[in-house]
Amino acid sequence: MLRRLHRYAGLVAAIFVSFLALSGAVLSVVPALNRAATPAVSSTETVAQLAGRVAAAYPSIDQIRRMPSGQIVAYYYDGNTPVASVVDPATGKAVSDYSPQPFVRWMTELHRSLFLGDNGRIATALGAAAMLLLTVSGMTMLARRMGGWRQFFGRARGPGVQRLHIVLGRFAVAGLMLSATTSLYLTAVIFGFVSDGNPMYPPPPPTVDGGTPLPVADLTALQDIRIPQLRELTFPYQGDPTDVFTVTTATGDGSIDQATGQWLNFTDHGLAGRAYEWVYALHTGAGLWWLGLILGAMALTVPVMGVSGAIVWARRQSTRPKIAHNSGASHADTIILVGSEGGATWTFARTLHDALVAGGHKVHTAAMDSLAAQYPVAERMIVMAATYGDGAAPASARGFLKRVNEVAAPTFPVAILAFGDRQFPKFCEYAVEVEDALARAGWRCLMPTRQIDRQSSQDFAAWGTALGQVLGEPLDLVHQPVLPRTQGLQLIERVDYGAEVQAPTAILRFALPHSSLWARLTGRGFPRFAAGDLVGVVPHGSPLPRYYSLASSMRDGILEICVSKHPGGLCSAQLHDLQPGDSIDAFIKANPDFRPRRGRTPVILIAAGTGVGPLAGFIRANTAARDMHLYFGGRDPQSDFLYHRELETWLQDRRLTRLTTAFSRVGERTYVQHRIREDAAALRDLIGQGAQIMVCGGREMAAGVMEALADVLAPVGLAPATLKAQGRYAEDVY
Amino acid sequence: MIPRIAALALTTALTIPAMAQARPVTLAARLTNYGGDGAYLAFYLTDAKGNYVKTIYMAGGRPRYYRHLGDWMRLSNGDYRGLSGITGASIGSGGLLQVTVDVADSLIDAGYTLHIDAAAQNFREMPSEITMPFTSANANQVQTSRGYIHAFAYNM
Repeated sequence: MLRRLHRYAGLVAAIFVSFLALSGAVLSVVPALNRAATPAVSSTETVAQLAGRVAAAYPSIDQIRRMPSGQIVAYYYDGNTPVASVVDPATGKAVSDYSPQPFVRWMTELHRSLFLGDNGRIATALGAAAMLLLTVSGMTMLARRMGGWRQFFGRARGPGVQRLHIVLGRFAVAGLMLSATTSLYLTAVIFGFVSDGNPMYPPPPPTVDGGTPLPVADLTALQDIRIPQLRELTFPYQGDPTDVFTVTTATGDGSIDQATGQWLNFTDHGLAGRAYEWVYALHTGAGLWWLGLILGAMALTVPVMGVSGAIVWARRQSTRPKIAHNSGASHADTIILVGSEGGATWTFARTLHDALVAGGHKVHTAAMDSLAAQYPVAERMIVMAATYGDGAAPASARGFLKRVNEVAAPTFPVAILAFGDRQFPKFCEYAVEVEDALARAGWRCLMPTRQIDRQSSQDFAAWGTALGQVLGEPLDLVHQPVLPRTQGLQLIERVDYGAEVQAPTAILRFALPHSSLWARLTGRGFPRFAAGDLVGVVPHGSPLPRYYSLASSMRDGILEICVSKHPGGLCSAQLHDLQPGDSIDAFIKANPDFRPRRGRTPVILIAAGTGVGPLAGFIRANTAARDMHLYFGGRDPQSDFLYHRELETWLQDRRLTRLTTAFSRVGERTYVQHRIREDAAALRDLIGQGAQIMVCGGREMAAGVMEALADVLAPVGLAPATLKAQGRYAEDVY
Repeated sequence: MIPRIAALALTTALTIPAMAQARPVTLAARLTNYGGDGAYLAFYLTDAKGNYVKTIYMAGGRPRYYRHLGDWMRLSNGDYRGLSGITGASIGSGGLLQVTVDVADSLIDAGYTLHIDAAAQNFREMPSEITMPFTSANANQVQTSRGYIHAFAYNM
């Protein structure tokens, strides 16, 4: 619901809100420019002193105004010509002509009404309302995604564009909310729904003394007003002893007898007056030039937010299959909630959805994060939860566990279907967590949880049969996995290692497919990738892709992977049979969490065997010569020392700071874990400098490395888990 | 039949004299190029003692800004009700106001003075920028001023 609100408000209003934000950003520099052109005002001097000086310099003075920018403007006559000048309060003399700059006036009018009068003002108010809606819904969604308001400023995860959207959103949200709210307030004042404190009617005419007028500097009432408090001072008609001084200050307005110098009347503008002044200053930055610049910078993010939001939406559309006949949450009998990282679980959900709809059910399918507080007519819920990485919640379920505690346990029962990969030690760990949480919260169980290993269509069909029995109706689930669109990649070079130590390994380099500009613009070109991302290869004879870490980035102009030949491995065997000129079908899968963090802090890279691939990619890209330390483990330096020659070059041109190797079949027969323990002091020092650790390799090696690092870090009171939580310990394990 | 004719005769008797007692007056004002947002102009009459009598036209639709028309506000004590049906848009810099209003005969050649107050956002307030006897003899006499109004005349 919230997401839909955010999405539609965003898509509909993006261009108009961006226009409002950009025009506002242009205007935001005006207060800072004005400030530079404004003579300093002493905050202790009084209006009597100021008026005395101006009246001495310009006897024909009509009115003195203090503008919201802080400028003091005097209106008087030069002979018969009316003049408005910015005056220096210290001298009372004009320093420049006062005339609202045409460009600023034009821009202001465009910003607030598009030159369309009241209709334009209503349109911009609607734009501000859309902005407010977007900020509030966006913040709430983000809090859910991060797992609560307290984690609101935690590390943003996810693909680059989404991270950009989150990071910019968090930066700008406060300013955008302020600008939108104050804009609505000002519009309400303009249309008379809210008072600005000015009285609608003048006070009853005062009885004036009529005696000889005092010099303006001697008016007692004006001696009590400090210059920053002044808004307007209007002089009486010259030679009319019955006329009065009228004064507007920050708190109200009144009139002063020119003979006695005393107040004749004063109307307090009250809270409404003060509120209006503040809201005006907060919206325009007038008198608060630094705030103006901050708000302007925040407004500049709006178009970027619009574009990145649209891209996130488009990507979601492409990874999340369209669900036909999706009923609303409030009138569905069956609720399917999906926790999916890459989109595969959604395709299973769609198969189930379609089968249930064909059986006459009204089905509502949504992300786990969209768990609603109530499903009034639901009879059952099915939670389809994948596990991301090492037991983490998948992208569409990050806030689910927290949400479960916020809603009441439903009366209908729930079934859990867990998706995972048995190769990972924490197989279906997240689904287990969900099951525990639901049980604790008092949810009833529809049927036992079943686990689906590596997207097995057979497992899924068997579960469907079981569900059918519970529902008392046949349920035939035939799942066709949907793969991302693959493209042909042609091998241009291969370098072989490790045959002598029974570990045949090849570095394979493929040419990038040529994408036309049109294809790239329409998102059908070969996607951008960087070292550490994954390439999915679909082998002949199996519909399931195998993933390999990329050892090159798009800007290297090639796609490089490092593959060892597994006994009986279907895909690795096919890859090892490739000769230059041969092609494979492949697609890119982003892996944004496995990447060196930005900045200049050192990076400790630890790999064994083919795990060195993505790390070599990071080193190759390290032209800025940031501190990078590589620990590499192999069997025999004569045989499987992958990237041997490249690493030598990179050491020389400082892309690599230090290389430490361990070989298990020669000499002392060491593993990288040994080297890590030996280098304990140096590693603690690097980590003290804020170093990030990146580990890539087999599961056993990664566990051994973590254990060794735990020992290394213990004396300084750190643990790998702590570093992980800070995003300083990344693993890519297979 | 007869009552209907009688009713018609009665209403005609009432309306025709009323119409006969008012006359269309055209106000024409050309503004200077002061270079700001639309100006508000109040056209109103005061009697020989300077007391407010009636507003005949108001250019500018937002009552919130009328306080900048200082003399109108002070003399009429904020006669918002008297503006019904005689309010139009503000006049842009360099623009022309040309509007015809019905003015009762009893207000013309009665010793009244026509005032024009003018103001625009961020610009000078010009209360009673123009004052002139509101007489039929003054019709088509062009007035100039040193404020917003480059030239003004009315005809009747």
